[in-house]
Amino acid sequence: MLQISRSPRVFDVVVVGSGAGGGTAVKILTEKGYNVALLEAGPMLNPVTDFQEHVMPYQVDHRGAGPHAESYFGRSQKAFGYFSAPNGNWTLPGEPYTVAPGSQFTWFRSRILGGRTNHYGRISLRFSDYDFRPEDGLSDNWPVTYDEISPWYDKAEGFIGVTGTKEGMRTAPDGNFLPPIAPRVHETLIQKSCAKLNIPCIPSRMAMLTKPLNGRAACHYCGQCGRGCRTASAFTSSQAMIFPAMKTGKLTIITGAMARELVTDSSGKVTAVSYVDKASRSEKQVRCKAVVVAASACESARLLLNSKSPRFPNGIANSSGVIGKNLTDSVGYGVSGYVPAMANLPRHNSDGIGGMHVYVPWWLYGDKQKDFPRGYHIEIGGGFGMPGLGAFAGQCARHEGYGKALKDKIREEYGAMVSFAGRGEMLPNKESYCDIDPSKVDAWGIPVLRFHFAWGDSEYKQVRHMEQTFASIIETMGGTVIGTQPQPEKAISMGGFIIHEAGTVKMGSDPKTSALNQYNQAHDVKNLFVCDAAPFVNQPDKNVTLSIVAFSWRASEYLAEEMRKGNV
Amino acid sequence: MSNELDQSRRDLLKQIGAAVSLAGMGQALLPAQEVQHVHQALAQDKAVQKGKYQPKALTAHEYATLQRLSDLIIPADEHSKGALEAGAADFIDFLCAASDEMKEIYTGGLAWIDDESRRRYEGADFVTSKPEQQTELLDVIAWRKNESPALNPGIQFFAWARRMVADAYYTSPIGIKDIGFMGNGAMAEFKVPQEAVEYALKRSPFA
Repeated sequence: MLQISRSPRVFDVVVVGSGAGGGTAVKILTEKGYNVALLEAGPMLNPVTDFQEHVMPYQVDHRGAGPHAESYFGRSQKAFGYFSAPNGNWTLPGEPYTVAPGSQFTWFRSRILGGRTNHYGRISLRFSDYDFRPEDGLSDNWPVTYDEISPWYDKAEGFIGVTGTKEGMRTAPDGNFLPPIAPRVHETLIQKSCAKLNIPCIPSRMAMLTKPLNGRAACHYCGQCGRGCRTASAFTSSQAMIFPAMKTGKLTIITGAMARELVTDSSGKVTAVSYVDKASRSEKQVRCKAVVVAASACESARLLLNSKSPRFPNGIANSSGVIGKNLTDSVGYGVSGYVPAMANLPRHNSDGIGGMHVYVPWWLYGDKQKDFPRGYHIEIGGGFGMPGLGAFAGQCARHEGYGKALKDKIREEYGAMVSFAGRGEMLPNKESYCDIDPSKVDAWGIPVLRFHFAWGDSEYKQVRHMEQTFASIIETMGGTVIGTQPQPEKAISMGGFIIHEAGTVKMGSDPKTSALNQYNQAHDVKNLFVCDAAPFVNQPDKNVTLSIVAFSWRASEYLAEEMRKGNV
Repeated sequence: MSNELDQSRRDLLKQIGAAVSLAGMGQALLPAQEVQHVHQALAQDKAVQKGKYQPKALTAHEYATLQRLSDLIIPADEHSKGALEAGAADFIDFLCAASDEMKEIYTGGLAWIDDESRRRYEGADFVTSKPEQQTELLDVIAWRKNESPALNPGIQFFAWARRMVADAYYTSPIGIKDIGFMGNGAMAEFKVPQEAVEYALKRSPFA
């Protein structure tokens, strides 16, 4: 049998995962003076060489198709295109997962320091008071109220930097905002269209710096945040949290480390994290006084479920049996349109920040006429993007033909297209969960996850509502919907596709029905914390990253205090 | 890439096309000879042009056919040069050299177009057929409404070629200038020109 190499050093805390939750824990705990070891399953990030900011397509011989033209055959190594920041994908070599018969689910994993924050959309929305205390009774209460978490949202926004304006809307609570950014031409039209329809369309809340903040430079408005930002003007946990923590001398980063199991002593406390060093395919252990698991919702659930012992036969911290259950993703549906008012629009630089400058928060809370619970927000696209491969594939397919007529059409429609993407709340349901597949392991012998997933009637009805809303907004501005769906529910996103998995290590005040308490601390294991989106009881229509930072910040300060008091 | 030489090649192709129809000779033989003639002419072109793209995957004939197709798909006009000048065929050949799957699409598709052209136009393959014959053939395969078992391979191939010629063109310096992309810079402040806002508002229902 292989000898397991154990670190002689005992770290105060081992953090598993370096995304928004892990990065926040690393930041807070090192600032409080604790020695932290960070396990990341992927490599170190080097923004200078890894980020392809400002590269024009013709500067690369394959122009983004990939060295073997992969993008044309749906086999891109990078899910968001060749020029995007290193991130991850729905399929990873050596890291399979399975999907139960009758289910459809696709699981995005990130393997790089900073995780998904290197590329994410940076939409930063607070959950509302009713998200924590659902008034419709269709999902459980959180063990935390909006008023309790609000100060942590203030801290999170104050640190990562979020644009926005005070609007006083219950569905979109105001925050600690940086100045907003001016709407682009299509966004002005969309705001006018929404105003006619009594739909709010407000400045977007995005984690890009419209002013310098905490030593990070202000945005230079190239619109390429998804490629990674060398000036760190778009938030990433790698650049804004982990690199500064390295300078404290309190942080040890172990890359290429795939966590296998949490090791416990006879009292049930975690004493070490066992991991596979991917480079040598050898088993190692790093010892600790406490552990923060922030490996992403499903990966965290997998690690806990795989940490079995006589004391924890169903996986560590799982006496309630809820781990893996309660899996949600956002409901996704999109439509685009052509707006003749912008045909041959005078050319100008519309780059701005990478993503929308205005958005539509949910506006029908409490409306009795709609036939589905919960809500969605609308993300808006358009403008003069840098032409990349496929930029005009839609025009080629719609207009067909060839020659000057086609060339003129493409010129006319460039900058005159708009897109709308709904991101809605999925109600947790019993058919949607992940568990350990009893018959399959990954390349390192670690049992893999098996997904079970089903959208419910609520989600299908919500998608119908999205379809009608998007069409009204486009038509009110004189535009035409492209590719109308007679049955929009058939175009609902596949589970996992929106990459907002949450809920699989649920928090709650009752240890019988939840795995974690209000401080993200395991009910069963006092020195175990889970700090990604796994603790989230439900998935409001507000992207989870800002809440991951707020909850991880709160949990990390609590952990630091408990260690100081000697309770952990 | 030299416009003059490309123009001379186009003239040459036209002459060959005329010669084929005037001669009215056997369909199999003459085009083959003329193709050889084109090959030689192309080889001479390359010999005199240093740094000109050398096809890596396609034969000289396939490459010439693809160049002609690209010129028809996105031609030069009063605004800008077209896909031929932007090197669309070079980009596609480059990817064909990098992917057998891609190469198969193009060698198969280009051969289908030649076969169809020879069948329709007295043995003239695509590059040697008359310009009006070339557009007549494209007028058929450039539209999904003409789908039929006999035409589907051509229609599907043309959709690939059209999309990739557009990709190549609009990611090239010539195409990016044509489309008018003005970004990828660094700005101290983000501003939207008022005249662009007014242009759109004036044409919108909110005027």
